[in-house]
Amino acid sequence: MARPAAPPAPGPPRSAPPGAVALHPPRFAPLRPPRGRPALPGPPRPERCRGRARQRAPGVARDRRGGAAGGTRERPAGDGTGGAGPRAGPGTAGGGRDRRGGAAGGTRERPARTGVTSPRPAEEPRVRGHVGPPGRQGALRIRTGGMAEREGGNPEGAAPVPAGPQAPELSREEKLQLRKEKKQQKKKKRSEKGPSTESAELCAPPEAGQPRAAAQPTSPPAPADGPGDSEKPAGGKSKAELRAERRAKQEAERAQKQARKAELSQAATTAKPRQSPTEPQSMVKRLPEHVQVDDPAAQRKLAKKLERQQVPLRQDYGTKVNLFSHLHQYSRKKPLTQQMSIPSTVIHPAVVRLGLQYSQGIINGSNARCIALLEVFKQLIRDYSTPPNEELSRDLVAKLKPHISFLNQCRPLSASMGNAIKFLKKEISCLPDTLREDEAKEKLQDVIDKYLREKIVLAAEAISRSAFEKINDHDVILVYGCSSLVNRTLCDAHAKKGRAFRVIVVDSRPRLEGRETLRRLVRRGIHCTYVMINAISYVLPEVSKVLLGAHALLANGSVMSRVGTSQIALVSKAYNVPVLVCCETYKFCERVQTDSFVSNELDDPDDLIVLRKGQAQLGGWAENKSLRLLNLVYDVTPPDLVDLVITDLGMIPCTSVPVVLRVKNVDQ
Amino acid sequence: MSTEDLIETFRAQLRDDPDVASAVAAIRALLGFLRQDRGETIQGLRNSLRDAIDTLSRVDSSVAVSSGGELFLRFISLTSLEYSDYSKCKEIMIERGEIFLTKVSLSRNKIAKLCHPFIRDGARILTHAYSRVVLRVLEAAVESKKRFSVFVTESQPDEAGQKMAKALRKLNIPVTVILDAAVGYIMEKVDLVLVGAEGVVESGGIINKIGTNQIAVCAKAQNKPFYVVAESFKFVRLFPLNQQDVPDRFKYKADTLKTGQNLTEEHPWIDYTSPSLITLLFTDLGVLTPSAVSDELIKLYL
Repeated sequence: MARPAAPPAPGPPRSAPPGAVALHPPRFAPLRPPRGRPALPGPPRPERCRGRARQRAPGVARDRRGGAAGGTRERPAGDGTGGAGPRAGPGTAGGGRDRRGGAAGGTRERPARTGVTSPRPAEEPRVRGHVGPPGRQGALRIRTGGMAEREGGNPEGAAPVPAGPQAPELSREEKLQLRKEKKQQKKKKRSEKGPSTESAELCAPPEAGQPRAAAQPTSPPAPADGPGDSEKPAGGKSKAELRAERRAKQEAERAQKQARKAELSQAATTAKPRQSPTEPQSMVKRLPEHVQVDDPAAQRKLAKKLERQQVPLRQDYGTKVNLFSHLHQYSRKKPLTQQMSIPSTVIHPAVVRLGLQYSQGIINGSNARCIALLEVFKQLIRDYSTPPNEELSRDLVAKLKPHISFLNQCRPLSASMGNAIKFLKKEISCLPDTLREDEAKEKLQDVIDKYLREKIVLAAEAISRSAFEKINDHDVILVYGCSSLVNRTLCDAHAKKGRAFRVIVVDSRPRLEGRETLRRLVRRGIHCTYVMINAISYVLPEVSKVLLGAHALLANGSVMSRVGTSQIALVSKAYNVPVLVCCETYKFCERVQTDSFVSNELDDPDDLIVLRKGQAQLGGWAENKSLRLLNLVYDVTPPDLVDLVITDLGMIPCTSVPVVLRVKNVDQ
Repeated sequence: MSTEDLIETFRAQLRDDPDVASAVAAIRALLGFLRQDRGETIQGLRNSLRDAIDTLSRVDSSVAVSSGGELFLRFISLTSLEYSDYSKCKEIMIERGEIFLTKVSLSRNKIAKLCHPFIRDGARILTHAYSRVVLRVLEAAVESKKRFSVFVTESQPDEAGQKMAKALRKLNIPVTVILDAAVGYIMEKVDLVLVGAEGVVESGGIINKIGTNQIAVCAKAQNKPFYVVAESFKFVRLFPLNQQDVPDRFKYKADTLKTGQNLTEEHPWIDYTSPSLITLLFTDLGVLTPSAVSDELIKLYL
């Protein structure tokens, strides 16, 4: 398991080692890889990845085996720590224990002391969760901390139970029951950290006896006997025993909780929103973490989650403007890779490379980022191998999670990436059981290719064609920033040689992306003018239409795009110039936003420091207590400023975005 | 059926029933064409129908004819792939064509029923040029015993407003004919504006007789509701951004287009009113806001 002599290639191959990216890479150097699909490193490293996958399996199961791992710490520590050694990282006691538990769990899979079937007791409940009818969507939620308690409850080296594929089909009620039990355990754990006054009630035995009797009929009676009967004889008895023990524990906890609730309801005047523990969890909408940076509780949760996934937590940099204190602000000089050992054993090197490319601004633009992401995921899937006793459909999704967290830490995910990830997770979890691993992997690769081709490449072509109808002879078209879709539209229109038009490129600091647009259009021979955004009132009287790209289209018709877009739309409206937005349907979001504050991205404030005549203006901004720099990335344009949205489904008004979303949901 | 016969049928329909919408007449002609078609394949049938629609658009260049024809074609070809026997297919298509025609002929009454409650007792209505749907709506209002008065714009260059005034006088509605230029003057006196439409575009805006845009802008400036009545076969998959963006084939009469002279010297017959100026649209699909039109269009066309 330990790989101290790992292959020397670092995370981002072919470019500088991680230390060197601390410098600002030249942003507009022509040596930058072209926008769009990045070139990926050469051949995958199968043996290493397989090992990693095997390592990952116990890694993922860490929290589940937490209790058991504690017990097995006496195991060959050399073996376990050998694997855990290189992973220095943010190691806390709990984390260390998890890792070692993971490694130990991994070693357990090898010829274990208690015999071949000894790991089964720890695995058995999880295996139970696996087996079931297709349509395992709900079953994905099974992996919770609740497992830890159950493991703790299992006696070590219990009688062997059958391996995964032989376990019987769980009835639906049984699975529901399992899920509910786990949720209760989680809630109980959470509330344990709450007011300490309740802790006294936790150890109230007399109430336990009474409600237990009452609680007995509430537990579904059928599954109690059902699986017991249908189980294969080998481990049937012990399973039933374990289940009975577990159920007894559940009821005790439930009773305590109800007793506690009774106390609370007497004391408190407000009613609890959640009803009895047997009810399914209510659909409470939670704010995403990335807009709750000033909430310490949310940040602690995030830190814990990242620690569990072994992804380093990126620190914020510099004082933020008060209005945006709920957002992250990172420094480009401190990439995430400085906080982790390279090669990382948890994160695939292609993903590390991608994360660096995102955080350093090498890959920019929502289409480019999404394409790069999907290509890297294809590589991940290629290098993935299912650990034994795991289902690909479930395990792969779990494996993807730390990578997604890592990428999120490098740079907040864009809407296009979010939709692509959602799609991929759905595809993975809908894989039929009957496929072999290589078949499944190939199917996933095909699915990803299809998504790329249809939603991005073909959509761009369709949009280009529709937009061509709107470009008339002798048009003056204004574009802003750098949008791959708009550039493609203009280049195609020029190539068709039917229309004579000229382009005004508007640019803004600090990104100066308009220069890239200018470069591309001039290369094709399109007549261009270049202005900065403060000059738009000057040029707009001669403009016939404005063509903009979008980062995302929100459900109320608002357009989320590079900062400066709403300004252009506003001034264009004042001059009665039609504003056209080009956006593929895969960027449509269910979110609703009416302003640019609630959810945005803060870029490195040091970008605003400008070097003029050898002097760095604003260079000492950090020392000045009353100076804050704000480098926003996105802004939101209200729908009444946009005249037309050109999508791959045709030309629609801004207000019809929810219709498209509805049609898409129906399709799926 | 030859092209001349088709055009003759179309013209005959318009002559015999002056009250019929030109799109309905076109659809009737197309149905006759479909019955007499001698083709053997579905694809051939669709192609010949498309040619027929083109022919009719060249006779009458209004938006409604082309949109009505397009919708007719879509409606009848929805089930064309289910039957392998061509003659059975054709029968089904003819049947569906009849259904479409019946639905379309009933649309005016449906709209009148939806719209007349918006006309209150004592209302003063402003309308533009000659619209048969508006006439039907006002007729329904009279039938429900409401008293109101109407201002009609003269609507040059063909003085269609006078025709409208005559028809209204027959219904015993007090009517005043005003100059096109007097719309800004009269706007403070009216309570609501009611116009028809030749075409309803994807953005929710309308294409109507020239002068409609002016009326809409004045109404908006004085906060008067601007209502549009249109049948659903007038929904067309255009998306003009401004007046210039409306295709030339709709702006000018068919004869003018055929002569091929310089169109910049010609006066356009229609203009485009943007959806921000329209309050509500009354259609046989219901009472819609301009943003709901796109929703309906997606349903109709997809």
